[in-house]
Amino acid sequence: MSRLQIKEGLARALFMAAAGISLLAVALICVFLFANGVPAIAQIGLPDFLFGTTWRPANDIYGIFPMIVGSVYVTAGALLIGVPTGLLCAIFLSRFAHGKVAALLKPGVELLAGIPSVVYGFFGLVVIVPFIRENMSGRGLSLLAASVLLGIMILPTIITVAQSALDAVPRKHYEGALALGADHERSVFRVVVPAASSGIMAGIVLGVGRAIGETMAVIMVAGNQTLIPSSIFEGVRTMTANIVLEMGYAADLHRGALIATGVVLFVFILLITTLFNLIRKRGEAA
Amino acid sequence: MTNATLEAQDVLSARTSGKEPGVPAYVARRTEAAARPGSRADREAAARPKMAVRDLNLYYKDFHALKGIDLEFPENQVTALIGPSGCGKSTLLKSLNRMNDLVEGCRIEGEVTLDGVDAYRAVDVNNLRRRVGMVFQQPNPFPMSVYDNIAFGPRTHGIKKRADLDEIVERSLRDAAIWDELKDRLKKNALGLSGGQQQRLCIARALAVRPEVLLLDESTSALDPISTAKIEELVGELKQKYTVIMVTHNMLQALRVSDKTAFFLMGEMVEAGTTDDIFTNPRDSRTADYVAGRFG
Repeated sequence: MSRLQIKEGLARALFMAAAGISLLAVALICVFLFANGVPAIAQIGLPDFLFGTTWRPANDIYGIFPMIVGSVYVTAGALLIGVPTGLLCAIFLSRFAHGKVAALLKPGVELLAGIPSVVYGFFGLVVIVPFIRENMSGRGLSLLAASVLLGIMILPTIITVAQSALDAVPRKHYEGALALGADHERSVFRVVVPAASSGIMAGIVLGVGRAIGETMAVIMVAGNQTLIPSSIFEGVRTMTANIVLEMGYAADLHRGALIATGVVLFVFILLITTLFNLIRKRGEAA
Repeated sequence: MTNATLEAQDVLSARTSGKEPGVPAYVARRTEAAARPGSRADREAAARPKMAVRDLNLYYKDFHALKGIDLEFPENQVTALIGPSGCGKSTLLKSLNRMNDLVEGCRIEGEVTLDGVDAYRAVDVNNLRRRVGMVFQQPNPFPMSVYDNIAFGPRTHGIKKRADLDEIVERSLRDAAIWDELKDRLKKNALGLSGGQQQRLCIARALAVRPEVLLLDESTSALDPISTAKIEELVGELKQKYTVIMVTHNMLQALRVSDKTAFFLMGEMVEAGTTDDIFTNPRDSRTADYVAGRFG
């Protein structure tokens, strides 16, 4: 074997090992989650676990339906706020902002991505929650507060992914629209944005993943009642919050039920990732 | 001598005799026109100019890309702009529908007129681009359906009714001689078409806004010979309704389809005249060298 071949073989092994470690980590998490969670689900009963509306560990009643609903509501609320804002911001950054504005805005968005979630949570607690309590209704710790906060937190994900999709749209599409007498706005919104739609969708799906998995900031502002909220001003508990709040003292079936909550969350994330890959593939095929 | 020049001589001899079997109709037609009596100046003065540039100077930052161009584009004729790469022919073309406005550091002096009206100061830029359509070098259909591609322009200019749009889509595709190929695929994504089809779709898209002038920027250079022949034939028909201005680096193409030719070199217009005169009886020796294939 020549030196070059040995070198190539070594490099190959190194890269394989690196790739293997990430794969192994995913596999181990999978095994741990299912090994610990599935028996608990079996003991509680899958329908009772998923669709039971009462969560009372003291009486060994473990229905996580309020938490599933909580996660879905909070994520949907975050999308309602984050998607229009993020998309318009991405379009602005990609096609309208020039010079000083762009120079200020781009690092701003990057900074937004780097802020730790507990700091977001603190901001929510001292700004958003009191605002809702004083100007709207309820105690402030609410579905609305969590949605607004998460809506802000998913902005950088949506903005950066959507912006790179928009930047990647070939210049010829934009110029083709201009050459037909369309103005800048129409060319951007009717040609460039649709051309980037699969990338934009991918950004939104990643934002969903971020929102549904977010824990710390949500706990700080959501109120965390294990009840299905009947208005946006009522408190809500997400699946992630459920795990974190009780894991410290849980034992036996209670502990199993919390890990099983993680299993459900994991399945949600799996579905979102699959959706993301499907969208990306469709985008490549087009 | 290169193959291209041999072929050029064939086309030329076909044009002068005009009687060989298999001579395309447009060549025979053109040859009759060339054989018309009258001086060169008479022939050049034949048609009213649809567009014109006067003392046009264009700079990209410090680079002087077009130097004092004076040129008229006769109505319902095909004008070809020829010359080696970087001679400014595409730049001139893009000045006619103000696509150069997109280029940073581009500065234009002089006058561009459409129907005698200043195209830069007296016409709204979007309206100018509607009236002066453009087909690009690379086919650039939008990533949407064939129908939506054609309907984009009319919708932009306020046509909303489905029946009107249907009518425009059909008429534009027919005018671009691609209706029969695409009538059953109107809902399909335009990116699935072949390169030649995409380019004719782009011509149809340009026609859909009822332009008065059509600019073709080396629009066949990315296509195979059969697609090229189809588009050349189409251009011959389009001049009945439109004024066509085309940039080409293919001299044979200029010879085959154009009525008027302008030859450019390093930002200057060396010579312009009827295509027959430019190719058979050029005034300037550089033109003679270029059309004979001695450089470029």
